[in-house]
Amino acid sequence: MTDHHNEIDSVSGRSTTGHEWDGIKELNTPLPRWWVITFYLTIIWAIGYWIVYPAWPLISSNTRGVLGYSSRADVAVELANLDKIRGDKMVALGAASLADIEKDPALLALARAKGKTVFGDNCAPCHGSGAAGAKGFPNLNDDDWLWGGTLEQIMQTIQFGARSGHAKAHEGQMLAFGKDGVLKPEEIVTVANYVRSLSGLSTRNGYDAAKGEKIFAENCIACHGDGGKGNQELGAPNLTDKIWLYGSDEATLIETISQGRAGVMPAWEGRLDPSTIKAMAVYVHSLGGGK
Amino acid sequence: MVSGGVFFQRESAMPQPSISKTMTAGESGLALIFAVTAFLCVVASAKALDAPFAFHAALSAAASLAAVFFIINNYYDRPAALPAAEINGRPNYNMGPIKFSSFMAMFWGIAGFLVGLIIASQLAWPALNFDLPWIQFGRLRPLHTSAVIFAFGGNVLLATSFYVVQKSCHVRLAGYIAPWFVVVGYNFFILIAGTGYLLGVTQGKEYAEPEWYSDLWLTIVWVTYLLVFLVTIIKRKEPHIFVANWFYLAFIVTIAVLHLGNNPALPVSFFGSKSYIAWGGIQDAMFQWWYGHNAVGFFLTAGFLAIMYYFIPKRAERPIYSYRLSIIHFWALIFLYIWAGPHHLHYTALPDWTQTLGMTFSIMLWMPSWGGMINGLMTLSGAWDKLRTDPVLRMLVVSVAFYGMSTFEGPMMSIKVVNSLSHYTDWTIGHVHSGALGWVGFVSFGALYCLVPWAWNRKGLYSLKLVNWHFWIATLGIVLYISAMWVSGILQGLMWRAYTSLGFLEYSFIETVEAMHPFYVIRAAGGALFLIGALIMAYNLWMTVRVGEQEVQMPVALQPAE
Repeated sequence: MTDHHNEIDSVSGRSTTGHEWDGIKELNTPLPRWWVITFYLTIIWAIGYWIVYPAWPLISSNTRGVLGYSSRADVAVELANLDKIRGDKMVALGAASLADIEKDPALLALARAKGKTVFGDNCAPCHGSGAAGAKGFPNLNDDDWLWGGTLEQIMQTIQFGARSGHAKAHEGQMLAFGKDGVLKPEEIVTVANYVRSLSGLSTRNGYDAAKGEKIFAENCIACHGDGGKGNQELGAPNLTDKIWLYGSDEATLIETISQGRAGVMPAWEGRLDPSTIKAMAVYVHSLGGGK
Repeated sequence: MVSGGVFFQRESAMPQPSISKTMTAGESGLALIFAVTAFLCVVASAKALDAPFAFHAALSAAASLAAVFFIINNYYDRPAALPAAEINGRPNYNMGPIKFSSFMAMFWGIAGFLVGLIIASQLAWPALNFDLPWIQFGRLRPLHTSAVIFAFGGNVLLATSFYVVQKSCHVRLAGYIAPWFVVVGYNFFILIAGTGYLLGVTQGKEYAEPEWYSDLWLTIVWVTYLLVFLVTIIKRKEPHIFVANWFYLAFIVTIAVLHLGNNPALPVSFFGSKSYIAWGGIQDAMFQWWYGHNAVGFFLTAGFLAIMYYFIPKRAERPIYSYRLSIIHFWALIFLYIWAGPHHLHYTALPDWTQTLGMTFSIMLWMPSWGGMINGLMTLSGAWDKLRTDPVLRMLVVSVAFYGMSTFEGPMMSIKVVNSLSHYTDWTIGHVHSGALGWVGFVSFGALYCLVPWAWNRKGLYSLKLVNWHFWIATLGIVLYISAMWVSGILQGLMWRAYTSLGFLEYSFIETVEAMHPFYVIRAAGGALFLIGALIMAYNLWMTVRVGEQEVQMPVALQPAE
């Protein structure tokens, strides 16, 4: 590095290397001491780590490290810890009937905690993380139930679903009165206004209430019952409680009556184990609307 | 491809007494090859098994025909002699391909930042997917990453490397058509890759999404790039090879190796876009992250350190701080980086010993990375006052500071216990962007602010005031972006691992997504600021070329607008 071209940089007092490219020179500054020391320390640390942990490949295996560490063993330990926390209570939950769970505060708390977690990962995508539902997906916080709100009924709905294809699924559906030619368009408008009137909503000008009542009686009460109070055996909603699955405005009601409705709730039996479904039912039941 | 006026200047040849004009072997050979390629592409397009392949084959046919046209047209337009290597004893530098790449860098940069803003907004407000398949997050995300890394970053590297290698070797760039083949061919690769993503063509490997035919084309272009660069170095008039050229060469060679290692694939048909990668299972994952991490190490680090080593001393008008440090940190960086990939696969099926090596080599990489930072920052000693008056230099220096920050954060995140919290969270996204926006973005902006006036022979930039605005707006954007991602990433990691006293997960996944919303909004705002900064830059550079004052030789024809 002792080239006769070397000049001294006036700012730093260092000599240059004597090279120059397009006006760029280089100073002959030594390596910063702290940089070298830190670099060595990281290398020493790395060598130490190799001694302690599995590190270098050999011909048919690898160095194991003095600690005998393996990430697979780590997972086993963590799972064992989890088992310890959950303990026998999980076994008890699996064995208990819904009625037993209701009576035992400890089991109830456990079922709700498990149910909440499972709900978040399986139910929330449709019913919302707060279970408040969305258009076409029932709110589970209120006491308006399509298929019944007792613990057993909720569990049954979760197990088999609605129109899910499962043999034991709930099967009722809203018929397509317009598409199937049962009602004429003007009759659908009339009966839609009648349905609105059942829960005190305004009706359009010139609407014939008597005619609406007549169409309703002839077509709707079979499922929705006298006065539109609904029928949980058939999953027919109560039309008088101001709770609407698809919406209460006239256009939506006309669409519902013309095209029918048949939303799907999947069957969870077989996808989740029985104690998980049980916990889920207890959780949903506890949300505020359980009967 | 682009109308030539902005990029070509009639190159003055050595005045030679009448020599008869003939096509060079390169001209006639390439024209013939492109003509044959055009024909083959038409056949491939007609026989294509899927619509995107037909589209790409047709596009390639059109591009090949255009290439034939340009080669022949240029032959009839050019003087009999090829541009001289030297005029009056001074190198006749080749600026055309540099101008083209600079322009494309700015174009793709804005496109890439815009797509980034769109997908950041989609994460905050999913309705912005509009239920259209072409603009789903899954297709736009690789469009964003490829546009900013390979299109923007790649063109910056092409432009600066072709400039720096000529200037620091004191010799004209090797090749007559070859440099143009590299820059135009590379941008054609980008076009094929990008339109492919929108049409759903992907081989599903992160940062290596383009399918087999794009990979083959890139290989041809990249080997040509290597040759142009190498031959220029071999022809150099300087006794030593400048440090920036070591870094450029390491970048070009290693990217070639990575590209070939990660992409061997068997097409389902030679007339279809789909292929399957030769590697399987964890070997594929290992190859993928060996590639992925070294794309960071050699594309986004080595290449841009080369930029730093030329543009900072040039702009600061100071010698490089330490020649020894540049040698030591160069070789340490090259040797250590290539091992670090497995830290992307902590706590997976990758064997424990491989994870250990990935982590320990990442830790050892800390000081070699900081060697670059020290050399960049300390070159300013004796010139720190220039930061007050020169926003371009300030941008370059802040980029090095971001480089230092990211290269501390990276090794830290590679430590397994830290990684168990950070992995799969937004912290990773924040880390990547402090490097991408802060380091790669700013050093590129700084270099382009220097390069455009030099390449177009202008006295200076149209407006330093606008550079100042760009600097502050973009810096604010970066700070918003990375701090939002730190908070959201750590929050996310903590929420994922939180257990209740009964032994159940405290939060469902959807609850953690909900908690991220405000940070996603802040991130999108940061991205918008970064984009606005780039638009200001594009305007400034455009005006520099349009109305900037010519340097020396020519009489002043236009007054600057200020």
